[in-house]
Amino acid sequence: MRKTCLNSVLDLARRDARVVFVGSDLGVGTLDAFREELPDRFFMEGVAEQNLIGVAAGLAMEGYIPYVNTIATFLTRRCYEQVAVDLCMHRLPVRLIANGGGLVYAPLGPTHMAIEDMGIMRALPNMTVVAPCDAEEMARFMESTLELPGPCYIRLAKGGDRVVSEAAHGFEIGQGIQLRPEGEVALVATGIATTRALDAAEILTAQGIEAGVLHLHTVKPLDEARLLDLAGRARAVVTIEEHTLVGGLGSAVADLLVDRLPGTAPPLLRLGLPDAFPANYGGQDDLLALAGLTPEGIAASVGDFLDARRAA
Amino acid sequence: MIPEPLRMHRELEARLATPPLDERSLALRRLAFRGMVGGERGHLGSAFSAIEILRVLYDDIMVHRADEPDWALRDRAILSKGHGCLALYAILADSGYFPAEELDRFCHVDGMLGGHPDATKVPGVEASTGALGHGPSIGLGLALAARMKAAVWRVFVVTGDGEINEGAVWEAAMMAGKHGLDNLTIIVDYNKHQSYAATAEVQDLEPLAAKWESFGFAVGEVDGHDVGELRRTLTSLPFKSGRPSAVIAHTVKGKGVSFAENDMAWHHKSRLAPDQLDAVYDELGGRHGA
Repeated sequence: MRKTCLNSVLDLARRDARVVFVGSDLGVGTLDAFREELPDRFFMEGVAEQNLIGVAAGLAMEGYIPYVNTIATFLTRRCYEQVAVDLCMHRLPVRLIANGGGLVYAPLGPTHMAIEDMGIMRALPNMTVVAPCDAEEMARFMESTLELPGPCYIRLAKGGDRVVSEAAHGFEIGQGIQLRPEGEVALVATGIATTRALDAAEILTAQGIEAGVLHLHTVKPLDEARLLDLAGRARAVVTIEEHTLVGGLGSAVADLLVDRLPGTAPPLLRLGLPDAFPANYGGQDDLLALAGLTPEGIAASVGDFLDARRAA
Repeated sequence: MIPEPLRMHRELEARLATPPLDERSLALRRLAFRGMVGGERGHLGSAFSAIEILRVLYDDIMVHRADEPDWALRDRAILSKGHGCLALYAILADSGYFPAEELDRFCHVDGMLGGHPDATKVPGVEASTGALGHGPSIGLGLALAARMKAAVWRVFVVTGDGEINEGAVWEAAMMAGKHGLDNLTIIVDYNKHQSYAATAEVQDLEPLAAKWESFGFAVGEVDGHDVGELRRTLTSLPFKSGRPSAVIAHTVKGKGVSFAENDMAWHHKSRLAPDQLDAVYDELGGRHGA
């Protein structure tokens, strides 16, 4: 997914003279082709994220479209004020390409994992927050980043993630994609959690519970119309995310249902990571499993939730 | 670190050599103070130390058009120490960017002039500042853009002295030095005081010139209230081809109002009593000038 995303930046830069690349101190060889082909628009400026965001803001004020790339947690926590003031207040078209969203950097520990990134980015006015589910969707999304007004946070997954999106779905920022037809339960997911939601839906169907899957690649702006439409028919809504339950997709959906369907919203189950710094190392899959975010774990949580509602 | 007696001696020397403020400098201060009266608050000390720096930039150094604030070929100036905005508002209003009456609504609920400058609201404000340490990086981005476009316009960033405690300033300085951006000038309004106390006490910046030099800047020092000296110094930019410039402007916090000078109580003031208003105006040549 990362490779696809960065190669897309080069493709865009070839076509559009406004595109510049700004990196911190990325891995050796990153976008060598960009550097060779378009050296004047390639910047690798060191471990100084606050400055990188300000520089990107200045470039954007003069009509450039900077794609800034570094590790997700350093692109969010480290330079939050610069993102808020320099980018969001000025509503500048800077693209933040965040390596290793979620638990990707599990072996490196909590300093490197970005599990509240979407929550804190979503809290900023004028910000768009996108988490594609696979590399092919990433490629389709990147095409739409040239003309998007305002800043955009792009959450990258680990890479090599199973492809579940289809070209026929297209990509429109802010528009959810129904990847599995609606059932009695509406599973709503973002990023690579969507793949797990699809697998969980298979398990549920085998158990006699029809579950649809709505993929929300854009967490902000939220596809409110589709969610409200879905919520009007579903017996239950379940959000699934590789993110803490503080401020992410689940929070966004909860806000929407409480605000817009008071008293009539279907029951909502939010599945995600606990409000804690991850206590374990291992890999992304290990930590997802510990949080119950395997397809089996998700299916079991949904089954228990429905049983509890039936009993109530 | 410079020994304290030497530092005091230098400051005294600089102050004695400063010519008295001329009518334009007094008028700009009255205009800035009009905002303080209108808003019943304001960073007087921080604004008054920067008046001559901004005056000389806008009057004599920068190419700009008040009736066309977004003119593509303008020189760009960022007041990174956004809390000194009354000085910027005064020179912008006086230059014709917006009516001086706007200052009467400083910080009002329906006013466009806030306690920190907002580029989305105020004509002539290049970047919204207020959170400290952002201006140098944004200015650096502008300067890079100018170089990429082979444009002739230049970038000026005015920082405070307390402001450059912020680490991001030095991140920007490193990068500006690396790229040798001689179209970028950072002017430090070195009034030797920050909010709590003297900079020497809170976070000593010395040796300040050597700091900028070591980051790749060509450095000049100037009496930041001596209009002639400021003109001479800023006209000679860049100090060195292929290097960004840093101008250390030695200033006095609250300059022009004797009882406010170097008095931390005047860093930010609100709800001035009538006799205080009169006293300030007395020092600035009267409410309506001489």
